Amino acid sequence: MAKIIASVNVSHVPAIGAAWDNRKTDTPYWEPVFKGFDFSKKWIADLKPDVILLAYNDHASAFSLEIIPTFALGCAAEFQPADEGWGPRPVPVVKGHPVLAAHIAQSVILDEFDLTLVNKMDVDHGLTVPLTLMFGQPQEWPCRIIPLHVNVIQYPPPTGNRCYNLGKALKKAVESFPEDLRVVVFGTGGMSHQLQGARAGLINKEWDARFLDNLVKDPEADARIPFIEYVREAGSEGIELVMWLISRGALDRDVKEVYRFYHVPSSNTALGHLILENKHGV
Amino acid sequence: MTETRETARIEPTKGFDDVPGTTLFDAQRSRQGYHVNMFCMSLMKAANREEFKKDEATYLKKWPMTEEQRAAILERNWGRMIELGGNIYFLSKLFSTDGLSFQFVAATMTGLTQEQYAEMMLKGGRPIEGNRSKSEWQKRG
Repeated sequence: MAKIIASVNVSHVPAIGAAWDNRKTDTPYWEPVFKGFDFSKKWIADLKPDVILLAYNDHASAFSLEIIPTFALGCAAEFQPADEGWGPRPVPVVKGHPVLAAHIAQSVILDEFDLTLVNKMDVDHGLTVPLTLMFGQPQEWPCRIIPLHVNVIQYPPPTGNRCYNLGKALKKAVESFPEDLRVVVFGTGGMSHQLQGARAGLINKEWDARFLDNLVKDPEADARIPFIEYVREAGSEGIELVMWLISRGALDRDVKEVYRFYHVPSSNTALGHLILENKHGV
Repeated sequence: MTETRETARIEPTKGFDDVPGTTLFDAQRSRQGYHVNMFCMSLMKAANREEFKKDEATYLKKWPMTEEQRAAILERNWGRMIELGGNIYFLSKLFSTDGLSFQFVAATMTGLTQEQYAEMMLKGGRPIEGNRSKSEWQKRG
């Protein structure tokens, strides 16, 4: 049977992708950011997952204002890197897992989460920057990747509680798939940041630290955080953190914290990174 | 598993009015800014970027937006574009076409130079203390 073994949570700042693509990783500004992922690269290379289920938000790349799905599961065999206005990132095509995605769709929808299913979806920095941070620049990404887009652009996004419960439904879905696959769930975005208006540049280290602590030990506390608190305390774009509750919900209640990294600034953003493993072993 | 789910309470968006210096991009603003944002979206194609750069005003006529919105785009008044229904992620297609970064645009919306803004970020960003509510901003004057 397939099994979820761990989660990787990480910010997906576009400037990180640009720094990597333009080979600026060893500048004084970016060097500490990329160094923060040395452990993670080794960890995931040793872990060798078969599939990554990656929760991220499209940033007006695949979805315009014509259609705004709250949760959209990528069911295709391939997903192309999006052209976000400066040409597509020079990264490998993302290979999906249509059979597992179809199984997840069936299980999760019958479990009363009304997903939108997508067969054509270009993937932007929200999905590719976390892959770059974890895998560097391989010829091909080393495993299959199922994208799960979450609307956090137009209010209201789904609640943290809804995301946490969706994570639980995803766990149930993956763990009823007959093939022996080792699956890692990614939650991306955050942490505190605000990109717009007179309050742009907001960072809240204390709030971020509490969110991380609770994500490990008391995820229900994070799941109860209302939108207004994200916006007020973590900035208008800090709401992306609800996606970390999807990956958390997909793990067991008791987890082991394997690695944590936090760095300010990454462009406008507090970069956060947390790796968790299920205690029953990977 | 269904029985373990808690139902979240419904929160009206009006509480957000108290957060200073922040525009909430909700369904109403999405309607207001529909053509601004869809214009930005068109810049994801290289051919459209070329056409736009050649003659911005003519290119913009393809979208039935208001004159105010058109002017804000031509002036690259980012704060005004947000007020008129633009969303930062859609606007990013426009400033990427201009070769500008999120940090440059964020800086202009705060009234700082990019250097001052970058310096603020290097020192840990805009602190939360004093920036939680409009009343705090009013006290500060």
